[in-house]
Amino acid sequence: MDNLLLIFTDYTIRNVVLGALVLGVVSGTLSAFAVLRKQSLLGDTMSHAALPGVVIAFLVTGTREPVPLLIGAMIAGLLGTLFMNLVTANTRIKQDSAQGVVLAVFFGFGLALLSWVVRQPGAEHAGLNKFLFGQAAAIVESDVLTMLVIGSFALVLIALFWKEFKLISFDAQYAKTLGLPIARLDVLITTLIVIAVVVGLQMVGVVLMSAMIVAPGVAARQWTHRFGVMVALSALFGAGAGIIGALISSGAINVPTGPVIVLCITLIVIVSLLFAPARGIVWESMRQARRRRQLRAQIGQPTARGASYPRGVYKP
Amino acid sequence: MSQSQIEIQVIAVLVAAACALPGVFLVLRRVALMSDAISHTVLLGIVVGFILLRDVDNPLLIVFAAGAGVLTVSLSELLLKTRRVREDASIGLVFPALFSIAVIIITQNFGSIHLDVDAVLLGELAFAPFNRMEILSASVPRGIVVMGVILLLNIVLLGLFYKELKLATFDAGMAAALGFSPAMIHYGLMTSVSVTAVGAFDHVGSILVIALMIAPPAAAYLLTDKLSRMLLYSVIIAASSAIAGYWAARALNVNISGAMATITGVCFVVSLLFAPERGLIARSVQRKRRSERFAVEMLLVHLTRHENTPDAAHENTLPHLTEELNWQPMFAQITVTRAAAAGWVERQAHALYLTDQGRKKGLVLLAR
Repeated sequence: MDNLLLIFTDYTIRNVVLGALVLGVVSGTLSAFAVLRKQSLLGDTMSHAALPGVVIAFLVTGTREPVPLLIGAMIAGLLGTLFMNLVTANTRIKQDSAQGVVLAVFFGFGLALLSWVVRQPGAEHAGLNKFLFGQAAAIVESDVLTMLVIGSFALVLIALFWKEFKLISFDAQYAKTLGLPIARLDVLITTLIVIAVVVGLQMVGVVLMSAMIVAPGVAARQWTHRFGVMVALSALFGAGAGIIGALISSGAINVPTGPVIVLCITLIVIVSLLFAPARGIVWESMRQARRRRQLRAQIGQPTARGASYPRGVYKP
Repeated sequence: MSQSQIEIQVIAVLVAAACALPGVFLVLRRVALMSDAISHTVLLGIVVGFILLRDVDNPLLIVFAAGAGVLTVSLSELLLKTRRVREDASIGLVFPALFSIAVIIITQNFGSIHLDVDAVLLGELAFAPFNRMEILSASVPRGIVVMGVILLLNIVLLGLFYKELKLATFDAGMAAALGFSPAMIHYGLMTSVSVTAVGAFDHVGSILVIALMIAPPAAAYLLTDKLSRMLLYSVIIAASSAIAGYWAARALNVNISGAMATITGVCFVVSLLFAPERGLIARSVQRKRRSERFAVEMLLVHLTRHENTPDAAHENTLPHLTEELNWQPMFAQITVTRAAAAGWVERQAHALYLTDQGRKKGLVLLAR
């Protein structure tokens, strides 16, 4: 309970919780789209591909202001996506290998650049790597504001293109026959996923950001067959995991925020897979067991001719 | 070159070759991102192993790490089996969770020890020569021994199960029908990936492991259709990227692993552009040739159809081609010139006539 009060009084905790909330809502919303479009691992690829963009943006502007760095990250992420599409559209190399190449090569290039920057004299670059590996405790009020502004921008775009995004998520071919600009909408939604990734990077870091693009969508999918409900639930799960994770890690000593948030969202996924009302695994196996019992009971009963099947022979 | 420079390059080449071999099968079997997942989750195995063994240099750590790799694979297969999660999502759910557990354990237990999360991703090859061990009373860097053993293991496994791997990769159904368990082969491959990843990431960091496992095989995949050549090319590309990356890193004073990963990317782009049949340039040339040949064939068909008919004088002229076949005047001109050069068409002012050869070809095309 004490922790809850600290949200209003403690500066650091308030920022971390608010940041985690924004992160959860934005990535949760985009996660629903990513999962439906089979692009779950795009978040992973993009969060890695963003690194060279961040470092180059720092080299060009010479500041650690979040906005230019975020723009650099977005450009690098988009370039990575375009390169991936180029490779998969024109060669026999499949999506997974193309993603792997982009992920590792972009990130490796970013690391090389970063190591060069760090070896230069001067202190301006201090903390640049925290931007990517994530350090929730270092989040300040202006960071939260930036995340909020960029995140809201992404959410507004989703609201504006709701119908179109819904259609291309389920039936891209049909959308094409309707004359929708599929390719441009594709780039737009990928950009939004990149935005979501970039918003979360400085909170949870590269590796864990990928979970925030996969998990909320997978969890939400189990509870509903309606698209709108799924997106809303996904955002809710993301936000819930963000807040709870931030609170837990602020309550204990030496527990990093990012991993705790990821474990929270993983727990939500497990609970959803097991216990979601219609699709839950537990309910399904109970239904199966009941059917099996019924069948066995029917088979075991005497038939019209008065004969019964020997027990133990039939095991449907 | 000083001794430590040579040692670094030897380690780099061993790592590159050891990664590229299983990487070929990851790329062919479309599970390339398993290398991403595994190279992160081996951290959990190492952490758990370290807590139990209390020794960083114990070879048993590799067993724990390989166990974590196999755990990653089985958990994502388990998720897949529920039929509620797609393959990409199943990988994306498992490895961040396991990685998170590892990071939490590290911060809880070794807050004072400098086991940086960044270090996991980065690695620092430059320090490898300082970590030495005695073998037959000679002092060798640990990395050479560890990676040499792992490379040897990969080569032996590949030699033993080459046929099975090949069959299971290209025709899983057939392999299963013949009695090779696809699951066994899959898990065997993933164990080899895990062992390689854990041996390598100690020296070069997980990102370079991923780069070396995916980029050289992907580049080689564009160069050849033969599995044996693909393996060979992958190893060559990976090893030369490693050496080139080392010297680039020295020249520019940057992180060695980062430079090596960048060079594997450069190799991939070069292969993507210039590969003899499958490269982007070769493909666009092929596409252009095909459209040229098709245009000449269209011309022959058109001329053959209208030859000796009353409207031949109108149909079989150069200007008419632009309306009939919807060609640009320039394109019509070039196509006619091409057909004439092949000896199929003769041109007199605007009128076009078939030669005997051209008529023969036109009839063949018409009959098709």
